[in-house]
Amino acid sequence: MSLLRTEGLSKVFGGVHAVQALEFAIEPGAVYSIIGPNGAGKTTLLNLLTGIYRPSAGRIWFDERELTGLATHQFAAAGIGRTFQNLQIFFNMSALENVMTGRYLHERCGLAAALLRFPSLARAERSCRAEARELLCAVGLEQYADAASESMPYGALKRLEIARALAARPRLLLLDEPAAGLNATETQEIVRLIERLAARGLTVVLVEHNMRLVMGVSDRVLVLDYGHKLAEGDADSVRRDARVIEAYLGAEARNA
Amino acid sequence: MSPRIRTARTGGMLALAAVIALLPLALVNNYFYDVAILVGLNAIVCVGLNLLIGYAGQISLGHAGFFGLGAYGSAILTARYGWPPLAALAAATAGVALLAYLVGRPILRLKGHYLAMATLGLGVIISIVAANEDRYTGGPDGMSVPPLALFGHALTGEKIWYAIVGGLLLAVVWLTLNLIESPRGRALRALHGSEVAAEVIGIDSVRQKALVFVLSAVFAALAGALTAHYSGFITPGQVTFLHSIELVTMVVFGGMASTFGAVVGAAVLTTLPQLLAVLKDYEMVVYGAVMMLTMIFIPRGLVPTLAARFARKDPR
Repeated sequence: MSLLRTEGLSKVFGGVHAVQALEFAIEPGAVYSIIGPNGAGKTTLLNLLTGIYRPSAGRIWFDERELTGLATHQFAAAGIGRTFQNLQIFFNMSALENVMTGRYLHERCGLAAALLRFPSLARAERSCRAEARELLCAVGLEQYADAASESMPYGALKRLEIARALAARPRLLLLDEPAAGLNATETQEIVRLIERLAARGLTVVLVEHNMRLVMGVSDRVLVLDYGHKLAEGDADSVRRDARVIEAYLGAEARNA
Repeated sequence: MSPRIRTARTGGMLALAAVIALLPLALVNNYFYDVAILVGLNAIVCVGLNLLIGYAGQISLGHAGFFGLGAYGSAILTARYGWPPLAALAAATAGVALLAYLVGRPILRLKGHYLAMATLGLGVIISIVAANEDRYTGGPDGMSVPPLALFGHALTGEKIWYAIVGGLLLAVVWLTLNLIESPRGRALRALHGSEVAAEVIGIDSVRQKALVFVLSAVFAALAGALTAHYSGFITPGQVTFLHSIELVTMVVFGGMASTFGAVVGAAVLTTLPQLLAVLKDYEMVVYGAVMMLTMIFIPRGLVPTLAARFARKDPR
C-alpha cells in the first residue's frame, strides 16, 4: 500500500499549467526522486504536497487519508515534513531553538501552562532540548548548537533545515534541492544523510538537479516536463528512457 | 544558550524588581510618583505589544484602541451602571479579549501594510466612537471615573498605586518571559522568522497570531482600565491614533523582541516629555525624531544593542 498517492493533480497559475493531471504513488520506505528541467513544476508539486498551494484539480491521499484542501499545518500534522530550496530558517533563533521549534507538534502546551511555566512544562522543555541536540548531532551540526543561526555557513543551514524537519518526526520527508549550492564534500555528506534516513525506514522525496546524487540514492524517479509526467521508474530505466534523454538529461546522460 | 538565557531572565527579573522596590527612594514628591505610575502602565501595554510586534513579527497601529476600550469600558460600567470597579475592570478586559479575537481572526490573515491599515482602521473607529458617543463617553470632554475599590475601600494615593502598578508590571513581565521560552513562544518567534516554515512544522499561523493579538490586547485593556481608575478621568485623546504611534515607538526604541527593552522604551519615552516640559507642544515631533534616529542608528533597539555590546566585551 502506498504512503502517498495523487489522482489527476493539477495546478494552474493564470492560464499556465504548472502541474497537469499528475498521478503517482510513493511506496513507504522508498527514496523517490522528482527531476525535470527548470520550470517543470517540481517545486509547485512539493507546494501542493504540503498544502502551501491548493490544487486546481485532483486529490492527494496520504496513508489512505485524503488531505486535499487541508491547511499546511494539517499536512504537517498528518506526517509530511519538508525543507526549502531557498532557505527558510528562523534567523531570529539559535540553531538549537530552530530544531526545538520543529518539535512543536509533539510539545503542545496550554496557554496557562506556558504563561505560568508549570513544572511539567519545564521537564518537557529539558527533554525537548536534549532531543534537539541529538538531532543536531545526527546531521553533524553539534558544534553549532548554541550558535545564532544567522552566523552559520550556508551548507550548515541546509542541514539545519533537515534537522528541524526531522524534529517533527515526519513519515514522509520532502527535500527540495538539498544539495543546491553545496560543494562536493558537503554534497557527499547530504547523500550519506539521506541514505541513513532511508535505512531507518523514512520515506524521502527528493527534488534535485544533481543527477549523480539522484541516480545514486533513488529507488524510483519521476521525470516532469512542463507539469506532465514524462517518465517514471527506477533510476536505470529512467536514465535509458529515450524521451527523458531528449527532454532533459541530454549531454549529461550521454557522458555518464 | 539555555543557561545564559535563564540567567538573563532571572537576572533581568531581579533587576526589575530591585528598581521597582528602590525607585521610591528617588521619588521625592507625588509628581514623581505620578510619572513612575504612568511609566508602569505604559510598560504593561508595551510588553504586550512587543509580543505581537517584536516576537511574532505582526504590526498593530491600533493598540491605543484596546487601551481606550479597557479604559472606557471599565469607566462606563462603574460610573454609569454602578458596577464594582474590579468587576468592571475584569468585564472590560474580557470584552476586549473577545473583540480582539473576533476582529483578529480575519485581519491577521493580512500581511505587512494590509495588517497595518486594518489595525489602524480599527483604532480610528474606536477613537471616533469614544469622541462621539457622548451619552456614554462624555464625548470630547471625557468623563470622570470612580476610583478602584477593594472590599469597599477606595484605592487612592500615589504610593498605593505605585505598589499596584509595580507588582502588576513584574507579573506581566514574568508571564511574558515564561511564554517566550515555551513551545508557544517559539511558535510565535517562528512566525516572525518564516511563516511558511512555521506552517510546515505544524504551526497554525492564523490561530497563533490571533492568540498573541488577544494577549497583547488584554494587556493594553488592563492598563487602560487601570489608567482610567487611577487618574479618575479619561478623554478621547488617550485613544487616538497618535497614542498608538507612541506605543509602537516605545517598543521599537526599547528594542523589538526584548521584553526588558519594552519596559525601558516605555520608561524613557514616558519620562522624556515630562522632563522636557518645554517640548510639550512638540511631543509628536520628539516621538517622530526618536523613531527615525532609532531606525538609523540602533535598528535593533536600545536594550538589544547594549546587550550585544556588553556580550562582545565579555571575554568568554
